[in-house]
Amino acid sequence: MVVAADRESAAPPTAGSQAVGGGAATREAAVWRVLEAVQDPEIPVLSIVDLGIVRHVEWRDDGRLHVGITPTYSGCPATEVIRSLIEHALSRAGFANAVLDNVLSPPWTSDWLTEKGKQKLRAFGIAPPAESVSSVRRLFGAPTVVPCPKCGSRATERVSEFGSTPCKAHYRCTVCLEPFDYFKCI
Amino acid sequence: MNARLRYVLRLADTSLVLGQRLGEWVGHAPALEEDLGLANTALDLIGQARMLLTYAGELEGRGRSEDDLAMGRDQSDFLNFALVEQPNGDFGRTIVRQLLLDAFQLEVYEALQRSSDARLAEIAAKALKETRYHFRYSAGWVVRLGDGSEESHRRVQSALDDLWRFTRELFAEDDIDREMAAAGVAPSLAELQPRWSSRIDEVLQEATLTRPADAPYSWFGKRGEHTEHLGYLLAEMQFLHRAYPGASW
Repeated sequence: MVVAADRESAAPPTAGSQAVGGGAATREAAVWRVLEAVQDPEIPVLSIVDLGIVRHVEWRDDGRLHVGITPTYSGCPATEVIRSLIEHALSRAGFANAVLDNVLSPPWTSDWLTEKGKQKLRAFGIAPPAESVSSVRRLFGAPTVVPCPKCGSRATERVSEFGSTPCKAHYRCTVCLEPFDYFKCI
Repeated sequence: MNARLRYVLRLADTSLVLGQRLGEWVGHAPALEEDLGLANTALDLIGQARMLLTYAGELEGRGRSEDDLAMGRDQSDFLNFALVEQPNGDFGRTIVRQLLLDAFQLEVYEALQRSSDARLAEIAAKALKETRYHFRYSAGWVVRLGDGSEESHRRVQSALDDLWRFTRELFAEDDIDREMAAAGVAPSLAELQPRWSSRIDEVLQEATLTRPADAPYSWFGKRGEHTEHLGYLLAEMQFLHRAYPGASW
Protein backbone atom coordinates (compact mmCIF):
# COMPACT_ATOMS: atom_id res chain seq x y z
CA MET A 1 0.00 0.00 0.00
CA VAL A 2 1.46 3.29 -1.05
CA VAL A 3 0.30 6.42 0.74
CA ALA A 4 -0.72 9.43 -1.30
CA ALA A 5 2.28 11.55 -0.40
CA ASP A 6 4.73 8.87 -1.48
CA ARG A 7 2.94 8.20 -4.72
CA GLU A 8 3.10 11.83 -5.56
CA SER A 9 6.78 12.35 -4.85
CA ALA A 10 7.70 9.15 -6.66
CA ALA A 11 5.59 10.17 -9.67
CA PRO A 12 2.33 8.23 -9.79
CA PRO A 13 2.00 5.13 -12.00
CA THR A 14 -0.06 6.67 -14.79
CA ALA A 15 1.78 9.94 -14.88
CA GLY A 16 5.11 8.22 -14.42
CA SER A 17 4.70 5.91 -17.37
CA GLN A 18 3.62 8.80 -19.60
CA ALA A 19 6.40 11.00 -18.38
CA VAL A 20 9.22 8.69 -19.37
CA GLY A 21 11.52 10.66 -21.63
CA GLY A 22 9.02 13.52 -21.68
CA GLY A 23 9.44 15.63 -18.59
CA ALA A 24 7.17 18.34 -17.28
CA ALA A 25 5.42 19.16 -20.55
CA THR A 26 4.34 15.57 -21.06
CA ARG A 27 3.14 15.25 -17.48
CA GLU A 28 1.15 18.44 -17.83
CA ALA A 29 -0.36 17.28 -21.11
CA ALA A 30 -1.46 14.11 -19.33
CA VAL A 31 -3.21 16.22 -16.67
CA TRP A 32 -4.97 18.27 -19.34
CA ARG A 33 -6.25 15.02 -20.87
CA VAL A 34 -7.66 14.00 -17.49
CA LEU A 35 -9.32 17.41 -17.09
CA GLU A 36 -10.81 17.24 -20.58
CA ALA A 37 -12.78 14.24 -19.39
CA VAL A 38 -14.24 16.06 -16.35
CA GLN A 39 -17.80 17.08 -17.22
CA ASP A 40 -19.54 20.19 -16.07
CA PRO A 41 -22.20 18.86 -13.66
CA GLU A 42 -24.94 21.13 -15.00
CA ILE A 43 -24.12 20.98 -18.70
CA PRO A 44 -22.60 17.49 -18.95
CA VAL A 45 -21.97 17.87 -22.67
CA LEU A 46 -19.18 20.34 -21.82
CA SER A 47 -15.91 19.48 -20.17
CA ILE A 48 -14.44 21.96 -17.74
CA VAL A 49 -11.72 22.64 -20.33
CA ASP A 50 -14.36 23.49 -22.98
CA LEU A 51 -15.95 25.82 -20.44
CA GLY A 52 -12.67 27.67 -20.08
CA ILE A 53 -12.41 27.50 -16.31
CA VAL A 54 -9.05 25.70 -16.05
CA ARG A 55 -6.43 28.42 -15.85
CA HIS A 56 -3.16 26.59 -15.21
CA VAL A 57 -1.68 23.13 -14.81
CA GLU A 58 1.85 23.07 -13.46
CA TRP A 59 4.20 21.49 -10.99
CA ARG A 60 5.45 24.18 -8.64
CA ASP A 61 8.50 24.45 -6.42
CA ASP A 62 6.61 22.81 -3.56
CA GLY A 63 6.79 19.64 -5.65
CA ARG A 64 3.02 19.47 -6.01
CA LEU A 65 0.74 19.66 -9.00
CA HIS A 66 -1.22 22.93 -9.06
CA VAL A 67 -4.43 23.25 -11.04
CA GLY A 68 -5.97 26.72 -11.26
CA ILE A 69 -9.77 26.94 -11.46
CA THR A 70 -11.87 30.07 -11.89
CA PRO A 71 -15.59 30.28 -11.10
CA THR A 72 -18.00 31.19 -13.90
CA TYR A 73 -20.38 33.08 -11.59
CA SER A 74 -19.39 34.04 -8.04
CA GLY A 75 -22.25 32.10 -6.53
CA CYS A 76 -22.43 29.19 -8.96
CA PRO A 77 -23.29 26.19 -6.77
CA ALA A 78 -21.58 23.87 -9.25
CA THR A 79 -18.18 25.27 -8.29
CA GLU A 80 -17.85 23.02 -5.21
CA VAL A 81 -18.99 19.97 -7.16
CA ILE A 82 -16.52 20.72 -9.93
CA ARG A 83 -13.67 20.95 -7.44
CA SER A 84 -14.45 17.56 -5.98
CA LEU A 85 -14.90 16.02 -9.45
CA ILE A 86 -11.44 17.31 -10.39
CA GLU A 87 -9.83 15.98 -7.22
CA HIS A 88 -11.45 12.63 -7.78
CA ALA A 89 -10.46 12.40 -11.46
CA LEU A 90 -6.88 13.44 -10.77
CA SER A 91 -6.36 11.02 -7.94
CA ARG A 92 -7.91 8.20 -9.96
CA ALA A 93 -5.44 8.98 -12.76
CA GLY A 94 -2.58 8.81 -10.29
CA PHE A 95 -2.16 12.53 -9.62
CA ALA A 96 -2.96 12.44 -5.93
CA ASN A 97 -2.44 15.37 -3.61
CA ALA A 98 -2.91 18.06 -6.27
CA VAL A 99 -3.51 21.62 -5.09
CA LEU A 100 -6.56 23.35 -6.58
CA ASP A 101 -5.85 27.07 -6.74
CA ASN A 102 -8.82 29.42 -6.85
CA VAL A 103 -8.09 32.01 -9.56
CA LEU A 104 -10.23 35.15 -9.81
CA SER A 105 -8.28 37.29 -12.21
CA PRO A 106 -8.81 37.78 -15.07
CA PRO A 107 -12.47 37.05 -14.41
CA TRP A 108 -14.25 34.42 -16.48
CA THR A 109 -16.50 35.65 -19.28
CA SER A 110 -18.38 33.70 -21.91
CA ASP A 111 -15.47 34.53 -24.26
CA TRP A 112 -13.47 31.84 -22.42
CA LEU A 113 -15.73 29.15 -23.83
CA THR A 114 -13.75 27.28 -26.50
CA GLU A 115 -14.89 26.93 -30.14
CA LYS A 116 -15.29 23.21 -29.55
CA GLY A 117 -17.39 23.99 -26.49
CA LYS A 118 -19.70 26.25 -28.52
CA GLN A 119 -20.24 23.53 -31.10
CA LYS A 120 -21.01 20.99 -28.40
CA LEU A 121 -23.54 23.35 -26.82
CA ARG A 122 -25.36 23.89 -30.10
CA ALA A 123 -25.48 20.15 -30.78
CA PHE A 124 -26.91 19.67 -27.29
CA GLY A 125 -29.71 22.20 -27.90
CA ILE A 126 -28.28 25.15 -25.98
CA ALA A 127 -27.60 28.30 -28.01
CA PRO A 128 -23.98 29.37 -27.45
CA PRO A 129 -23.14 33.02 -26.62
CA ALA A 130 -24.03 34.97 -29.75
CA GLU A 131 -21.16 37.41 -29.70
CA SER A 132 -18.07 38.44 -27.81
CA VAL A 133 -18.66 40.41 -24.63
CA SER A 134 -16.01 42.83 -25.83
CA SER A 135 -17.70 43.54 -29.17
CA VAL A 136 -18.47 47.17 -30.00
CA ARG A 137 -22.04 46.34 -30.95
CA ARG A 138 -22.72 45.19 -27.42
CA LEU A 139 -21.19 48.33 -26.01
CA PHE A 140 -23.87 50.35 -27.73
CA GLY A 141 -26.60 48.04 -26.53
CA ALA A 142 -27.56 46.69 -29.95
CA PRO A 143 -29.98 43.79 -29.49
CA THR A 144 -28.44 40.39 -29.97
CA VAL A 145 -29.89 37.86 -32.37
CA VAL A 146 -29.83 34.38 -30.87
CA PRO A 147 -30.33 31.74 -33.57
CA CYS A 148 -32.46 28.74 -32.60
CA PRO A 149 -30.20 25.74 -31.88
CA LYS A 150 -32.88 23.37 -33.25
CA CYS A 151 -33.92 24.86 -36.61
CA GLY A 152 -31.40 27.66 -37.06
CA SER A 153 -34.06 30.36 -37.44
CA ARG A 154 -33.09 33.84 -36.34
CA ALA A 155 -36.66 34.66 -35.37
CA THR A 156 -36.39 34.02 -31.65
CA GLU A 157 -37.54 35.89 -28.57
CA ARG A 158 -36.27 36.17 -25.04
CA VAL A 159 -38.60 34.73 -22.41
CA SER A 160 -36.43 35.55 -19.41
CA GLU A 161 -33.01 37.04 -18.72
CA PHE A 162 -32.47 34.20 -16.29
CA GLY A 163 -32.71 30.47 -16.81
CA SER A 164 -32.23 27.12 -15.14
CA THR A 165 -28.65 27.85 -14.06
CA PRO A 166 -26.77 31.14 -13.47
CA CYS A 167 -25.07 30.91 -16.87
CA LYS A 168 -28.23 30.60 -18.96
CA ALA A 169 -31.15 32.73 -20.15
CA HIS A 170 -34.45 31.43 -21.50
CA TYR A 171 -35.47 31.86 -25.16
CA ARG A 172 -38.16 30.65 -27.55
CA CYS A 173 -38.07 30.11 -31.31
CA THR A 174 -41.04 31.68 -33.06
CA VAL A 175 -40.64 29.44 -36.11
CA CYS A 176 -40.33 25.91 -34.72
CA LEU A 177 -41.85 27.06 -31.40
CA GLU A 178 -39.18 25.23 -29.42
CA PRO A 179 -38.19 26.78 -26.09
CA PHE A 180 -34.44 26.67 -25.50
CA ASP A 181 -31.64 27.72 -23.18
CA TYR A 182 -29.19 30.41 -24.22
CA PHE A 183 -25.72 30.44 -22.72
CA LYS A 184 -25.70 34.11 -21.83
CA CYS A 185 -22.98 36.62 -22.62
CA ILE A 186 -21.45 38.06 -19.51
CA MET B 1 -11.09 46.66 14.07
CA ASN B 2 -9.08 48.37 11.37
CA ALA B 3 -10.58 50.52 8.63
CA ARG B 4 -9.86 48.13 5.78
CA LEU B 5 -11.55 45.23 7.54
CA ARG B 6 -14.60 47.36 8.29
CA TYR B 7 -14.74 48.56 4.71
CA VAL B 8 -14.64 45.00 3.34
CA LEU B 9 -17.34 43.93 5.82
CA ARG B 10 -19.58 46.75 4.63
CA LEU B 11 -19.37 45.48 1.07
CA ALA B 12 -19.72 41.85 2.14
CA ASP B 13 -22.66 42.33 4.50
CA THR B 14 -24.54 44.48 2.01
CA SER B 15 -24.36 41.70 -0.59
CA LEU B 16 -25.11 38.97 1.94
CA VAL B 17 -28.17 40.62 3.48
CA LEU B 18 -29.65 41.56 0.11
CA GLY B 19 -29.00 38.05 -1.16
CA GLN B 20 -30.84 36.63 1.85
CA ARG B 21 -33.76 39.02 1.30
CA LEU B 22 -34.08 38.04 -2.37
CA GLY B 23 -33.94 34.39 -1.34
CA GLU B 24 -37.21 34.94 0.52
CA TRP B 25 -38.89 35.23 -2.88
CA VAL B 26 -38.00 31.73 -3.99
CA GLY B 27 -41.24 29.94 -4.68
CA HIS B 28 -43.29 33.11 -4.16
CA ALA B 29 -42.45 35.41 -7.07
CA PRO B 30 -45.29 36.61 -9.34
CA ALA B 31 -44.08 34.46 -12.26
CA LEU B 32 -41.64 31.63 -12.77
CA GLU B 33 -39.26 33.86 -14.76
CA GLU B 34 -39.11 36.38 -11.93
CA ASP B 35 -38.61 33.59 -9.41
CA LEU B 36 -35.55 32.53 -11.39
CA GLY B 37 -34.39 36.09 -11.88
CA LEU B 38 -34.51 36.94 -8.19
CA ALA B 39 -32.96 33.62 -7.15
CA ASN B 40 -30.12 33.98 -9.64
CA THR B 41 -29.44 37.52 -8.48
CA ALA B 42 -29.45 36.29 -4.88
CA LEU B 43 -26.95 33.60 -5.80
CA ASP B 44 -24.58 36.12 -7.38
CA LEU B 45 -24.82 38.39 -4.33
CA ILE B 46 -24.16 35.55 -1.90
CA GLY B 47 -21.23 34.44 -4.06
CA GLN B 48 -19.79 37.96 -3.87
CA ALA B 49 -20.35 37.99 -0.12
CA ARG B 50 -18.47 34.69 0.22
CA MET B 51 -15.38 36.04 -1.53
CA LEU B 52 -15.49 39.24 0.51
CA LEU B 53 -16.10 37.50 3.83
CA THR B 54 -13.24 35.08 3.19
CA TYR B 55 -11.02 38.10 2.64
CA ALA B 56 -12.39 39.81 5.75
CA GLY B 57 -11.55 36.70 7.78
CA GLU B 58 -7.97 36.85 6.52
CA LEU B 59 -7.69 40.56 7.32
CA GLU B 60 -9.03 39.94 10.79
CA GLY B 61 -6.41 37.24 11.34
CA ARG B 62 -8.36 35.31 13.98
CA GLY B 63 -8.93 32.27 11.82
CA ARG B 64 -12.62 33.00 11.19
CA SER B 65 -14.05 31.58 7.95
CA GLU B 66 -16.75 33.06 5.69
CA ASP B 67 -19.30 30.91 7.52
CA ASP B 68 -18.11 32.00 10.97
CA LEU B 69 -18.50 35.62 9.93
CA ALA B 70 -21.86 35.19 8.23
CA MET B 71 -23.44 32.99 10.87
CA GLY B 72 -21.64 33.88 14.07
CA ARG B 73 -21.94 37.66 14.27
CA ASP B 74 -24.73 39.61 15.90
CA GLN B 75 -26.82 42.42 14.51
CA SER B 76 -24.59 45.27 15.62
CA ASP B 77 -21.55 43.59 14.05
CA PHE B 78 -23.23 43.63 10.64
CA LEU B 79 -22.15 46.63 8.61
CA ASN B 80 -24.59 46.50 5.68
CA PHE B 81 -26.57 49.51 4.49
CA ALA B 82 -29.98 49.78 6.15
CA LEU B 83 -31.51 49.90 2.64
CA VAL B 84 -30.87 46.23 1.93
CA GLU B 85 -32.38 44.91 5.17
CA GLN B 86 -35.75 46.56 4.41
CA PRO B 87 -38.52 43.99 3.96
CA ASN B 88 -39.38 42.83 0.45
CA GLY B 89 -42.96 44.13 0.38
CA ASP B 90 -44.51 43.52 -3.04
CA PHE B 91 -42.49 42.73 -6.17
CA GLY B 92 -42.41 46.44 -7.09
CA ARG B 93 -40.85 47.41 -3.79
CA THR B 94 -38.27 44.63 -4.04
CA ILE B 95 -37.30 45.77 -7.52
CA VAL B 96 -37.05 49.46 -6.52
CA ARG B 97 -34.74 48.51 -3.62
CA GLN B 98 -32.74 46.43 -6.08
CA LEU B 99 -32.38 49.28 -8.57
CA LEU B 100 -31.13 51.70 -5.92
CA LEU B 101 -28.46 49.24 -4.75
CA ASP B 102 -27.54 47.83 -8.20
CA ALA B 103 -26.79 51.35 -9.45
CA PHE B 104 -24.60 51.91 -6.39
CA GLN B 105 -22.72 48.61 -6.72
CA LEU B 106 -22.15 49.33 -10.41
CA GLU B 107 -20.27 52.52 -9.56
CA VAL B 108 -18.41 51.03 -6.60
CA TYR B 109 -17.25 47.86 -8.36
CA GLU B 110 -16.32 49.83 -11.47
CA ALA B 111 -14.05 52.04 -9.35
CA LEU B 112 -12.75 49.23 -7.13
CA GLN B 113 -11.26 47.51 -10.17
CA ARG B 114 -8.52 50.11 -9.84
CA SER B 115 -8.16 49.73 -6.07
CA SER B 116 -4.69 49.71 -4.56
CA ASP B 117 -5.89 46.56 -2.80
CA ALA B 118 -5.27 43.83 -5.40
CA ARG B 119 -7.66 41.39 -3.76
CA LEU B 120 -10.56 43.84 -3.77
CA ALA B 121 -9.74 44.77 -7.36
CA GLU B 122 -10.10 41.20 -8.58
CA ILE B 123 -13.28 40.55 -6.61
CA ALA B 124 -14.74 43.78 -8.02
CA ALA B 125 -13.86 42.84 -11.60
CA LYS B 126 -15.72 39.57 -11.13
CA ALA B 127 -18.72 41.11 -9.39
CA LEU B 128 -19.06 43.96 -11.88
CA LYS B 129 -20.04 41.64 -14.73
CA GLU B 130 -22.84 40.17 -12.64
CA THR B 131 -23.96 43.56 -11.34
CA ARG B 132 -24.38 44.91 -14.89
CA TYR B 133 -26.82 42.07 -15.52
CA HIS B 134 -28.66 42.78 -12.26
CA PHE B 135 -28.99 46.47 -13.12
CA ARG B 136 -30.41 45.72 -16.56
CA TYR B 137 -33.00 43.48 -14.91
CA SER B 138 -34.03 45.85 -12.11
CA ALA B 139 -34.01 48.95 -14.34
CA GLY B 140 -36.06 47.10 -16.95
CA TRP B 141 -38.71 46.20 -14.40
CA VAL B 142 -38.84 49.64 -12.80
CA VAL B 143 -39.53 51.11 -16.26
CA ARG B 144 -42.18 48.50 -17.05
CA LEU B 145 -43.95 48.94 -13.74
CA GLY B 146 -43.57 52.72 -13.53
CA ASP B 147 -44.74 53.24 -17.09
CA GLY B 148 -47.25 50.39 -16.79
CA SER B 149 -50.75 50.46 -15.36
CA GLU B 150 -52.09 53.03 -12.94
CA GLU B 151 -51.86 50.44 -10.18
CA SER B 152 -48.27 49.42 -10.91
CA HIS B 153 -47.20 53.06 -11.20
CA ARG B 154 -48.78 53.91 -7.87
CA ARG B 155 -47.12 50.98 -6.14
CA VAL B 156 -43.56 51.56 -7.37
CA GLN B 157 -43.83 55.30 -6.75
CA SER B 158 -44.88 54.64 -3.18
CA ALA B 159 -42.02 52.13 -2.72
CA LEU B 160 -39.60 54.71 -4.08
CA ASP B 161 -41.00 57.41 -1.76
CA ASP B 162 -40.59 55.09 1.20
CA LEU B 163 -37.13 53.69 0.39
CA TRP B 164 -35.51 56.91 -0.77
CA ARG B 165 -34.59 57.97 2.78
CA PHE B 166 -32.23 54.99 2.97
CA THR B 167 -30.19 56.13 -0.03
CA ARG B 168 -28.60 58.97 1.88
CA GLU B 169 -26.48 56.49 3.78
CA LEU B 170 -24.88 55.19 0.56
CA PHE B 171 -23.04 58.48 0.12
CA ALA B 172 -22.71 59.68 3.70
CA GLU B 173 -18.93 59.58 4.04
CA ASP B 174 -17.46 58.77 7.40
CA ASP B 175 -13.90 58.25 8.69
CA ILE B 176 -13.66 54.74 7.24
CA ASP B 177 -14.71 55.90 3.78
CA ARG B 178 -12.31 58.82 3.89
CA GLU B 179 -9.40 56.74 5.13
CA MET B 180 -9.95 54.10 2.45
CA ALA B 181 -10.29 56.72 -0.29
CA ALA B 182 -7.08 58.42 0.86
CA ALA B 183 -5.25 55.09 0.73
CA GLY B 184 -6.47 54.48 -2.82
CA VAL B 185 -8.38 51.41 -1.64
CA ALA B 186 -11.89 52.78 -2.19
CA PRO B 187 -13.36 55.45 -4.46
CA SER B 188 -14.42 58.77 -3.05
CA LEU B 189 -18.15 58.64 -2.40
CA ALA B 190 -18.52 62.32 -3.27
CA GLU B 191 -17.31 61.47 -6.77
CA LEU B 192 -19.63 58.50 -7.15
CA GLN B 193 -22.78 60.28 -6.07
CA PRO B 194 -23.43 62.37 -9.21
CA ARG B 195 -22.89 59.33 -11.43
CA TRP B 196 -25.30 57.23 -9.37
CA SER B 197 -27.75 60.09 -9.32
CA SER B 198 -27.83 60.60 -13.08
CA ARG B 199 -28.11 56.87 -13.70
CA ILE B 200 -31.11 56.70 -11.37
CA ASP B 201 -32.67 59.84 -12.87
CA GLU B 202 -32.43 58.34 -16.33
CA VAL B 203 -34.35 55.24 -15.24
CA LEU B 204 -36.93 57.19 -13.23
CA GLN B 205 -37.58 59.50 -16.14
CA GLU B 206 -38.21 56.64 -18.53
CA ALA B 207 -40.38 55.02 -15.88
CA THR B 208 -42.41 58.26 -15.48
CA LEU B 209 -41.59 58.21 -11.77
CA THR B 210 -40.86 61.23 -9.60
CA ARG B 211 -37.60 61.43 -7.70
CA PRO B 212 -38.39 62.05 -4.01
CA ALA B 213 -36.77 64.83 -1.99
CA ASP B 214 -33.62 63.87 -0.09
CA ALA B 215 -34.07 62.99 3.57
CA PRO B 216 -32.57 65.35 6.14
CA TYR B 217 -31.04 62.54 8.19
CA SER B 218 -29.63 59.09 7.71
CA TRP B 219 -29.42 55.63 9.20
CA PHE B 220 -25.96 54.21 9.62
CA GLY B 221 -26.26 50.51 9.03
CA LYS B 222 -22.65 50.65 7.91
CA ARG B 223 -21.71 51.54 11.49
CA GLY B 224 -23.86 48.74 12.90
CA GLU B 225 -26.90 50.95 13.65
CA HIS B 226 -29.76 49.06 12.07
CA THR B 227 -33.50 49.29 11.62
CA GLU B 228 -35.62 46.75 13.48
CA HIS B 229 -35.77 44.45 10.44
CA LEU B 230 -32.23 43.08 10.41
CA GLY B 231 -32.58 41.06 13.62
CA TYR B 232 -35.45 38.98 12.23
CA LEU B 233 -33.56 38.32 9.02
CA LEU B 234 -30.47 37.16 10.91
CA ALA B 235 -32.53 35.01 13.26
CA GLU B 236 -33.81 33.06 10.29
CA MET B 237 -30.51 32.97 8.42
CA GLN B 238 -28.40 31.95 11.41
CA PHE B 239 -30.76 29.61 13.22
CA LEU B 240 -29.39 26.31 11.97
CA HIS B 241 -25.77 27.24 12.43
CA ARG B 242 -26.36 28.47 15.97
CA ALA B 243 -28.66 25.65 17.09
CA TYR B 244 -26.32 22.98 15.73
CA PRO B 245 -22.81 24.46 15.81
CA GLY B 246 -20.50 22.82 13.32
CA ALA B 247 -23.35 21.03 11.51
CA SER B 248 -22.47 20.00 7.98
CA TRP B 249 -23.73 17.75 5.21
